[in-house]
Amino acid sequence: MIREGFRSIKTHGLMSFATVTIIMACLIIMGSVALLALNIDRLIDDLEDQNEVVAFVDDGLADEEEAKAIGNEILKVNNVSSVEFVSRAQAMENYMSKYDKSLMEGIDETVFRHRFIIKLHNIEMLKETKLALEEVPGVAKVRAHQEYANTFVRIRNIVSGVSLVLMAILVFVSMFIMSNTIKLATFSRREEIAIMKMVGASNGFIRLPFVIEGLVLGILGGGLGFLAQWGLYNLVTGSLMDSLAEGFLSPVQFMDVAPMVLVIYLAIGVLIGVFGGVNAIRNYLKV
Amino acid sequence: MVRFEKVKLTYDNSGTLALDGVDLKVDEGEFVFLVGPSGSGKTSLMKLITGEVRADSGKVIVNDFDMMRIRRRKLPKMRRTLGVVFQDYRLIENMNVYDNVAFAMRVVGASGRDIRRRVPYVLELVGLEGREKRLPSELSGGEQQRVAIARALVNSPRMIVADEPTGNLDPVRSLELMLLFEKINEMGTTVLVVTHEKELVNAFAKRVVKIEDGHVISDGGEGYFSYE
Repeated sequence: MIREGFRSIKTHGLMSFATVTIIMACLIIMGSVALLALNIDRLIDDLEDQNEVVAFVDDGLADEEEAKAIGNEILKVNNVSSVEFVSRAQAMENYMSKYDKSLMEGIDETVFRHRFIIKLHNIEMLKETKLALEEVPGVAKVRAHQEYANTFVRIRNIVSGVSLVLMAILVFVSMFIMSNTIKLATFSRREEIAIMKMVGASNGFIRLPFVIEGLVLGILGGGLGFLAQWGLYNLVTGSLMDSLAEGFLSPVQFMDVAPMVLVIYLAIGVLIGVFGGVNAIRNYLKV
Repeated sequence: MVRFEKVKLTYDNSGTLALDGVDLKVDEGEFVFLVGPSGSGKTSLMKLITGEVRADSGKVIVNDFDMMRIRRRKLPKMRRTLGVVFQDYRLIENMNVYDNVAFAMRVVGASGRDIRRRVPYVLELVGLEGREKRLPSELSGGEQQRVAIARALVNSPRMIVADEPTGNLDPVRSLELMLLFEKINEMGTTVLVVTHEKELVNAFAKRVVKIEDGHVISDGGEGYFSYE
């Protein structure tokens, strides 16, 4: 019976080819949308990381060691992922390197405060975290860019919303196309199925070759789709890197997500193939 | 073996009354011609026997299976007790003669050894020895119908039902085919042949059941019937 499945792939070559191609095409379109969304997500992650919160230490705590000790308290605040201490000397140095030194003449480091550069887990909770940080003893002032944070959150929500809707539509469309393709493929085999029914074949027996066929075509479509996606992704990100914004954009490396993509593609391919195969012959089995 | 008692059948989509109170009894080992003009209900009767349709009311028993109550899951088991032959042969075009027949055994899970032993025997019985490797398209109509009969016979059914088996054949081939059915019947298999070919029926001294407008109008008049 397994042989039957393979035999029918061979004898219905053109239809098998069409089926594999459609699985591939659907996967690539879906995958491209998903990879784009993933890249945008990563980009926002990076940008978010650059959006730091700065907590200035009270001038009363001039001693560097004393000031540093506050870092432990800050770490205990909910949503804080990392804390980096910057002494007033370092702060001045950083400042000087950014601006013209002549402006700074006659100013000494005591103008600057000791500070902590704080990174957050979740930028959506910036407001609450800021309030909590201000409560920490020894913290004089907290600086955060609320409006940037809001923008990032909004962009991320829009991107994930749009990509979810797109993917849902694509899954629906590809299921529909698949089912029709296999229906076309099985239409020519109505007679064969009718004969099998007449001589007393059980539905399971009739279905099995179609299931195996769908399975094999699904694996083929998923595997080929994966390879095509790999090539396409590297091509697009490669040319993107060459032409614009070098250094600014750092797309996700395909190799980082390759195992996940492969597993998902094979799973979707098999699912669509088997579902399509079983669904397409369902009507012929009713007799 | 077939038992019909007050069988009524209407088709859902058109609402046509196909059979109206049909009583019929075919015993084990009988040879019966079922005759009548087209649209009389012959094919509906066949479909009730093969389980393709279910009657509205009455009693339908085929080879000890109660067709009014049979579960869909049990239909394959019931169909294995039947051999069905159609007017248009219904062979699988891309399989050769041997495979067309062996296919029917494979479908019911017969072993390779049984298939290799049984198929040549059946092909010889229907007179197709030496044609195993031919494709259906390379055979004459009479030969194709013999392949279909071999396929119907190969699983040793209790009954053969044939729906207009000679419809596409010339008179000589038709007669040969009927002689084959007679031979099969003599070997112990019940045979039910649906036909509207008067001369053919009259050539054999067999039981004739006449059906018209969904009613059995005569039963048992051996060897002769007319449409009046």
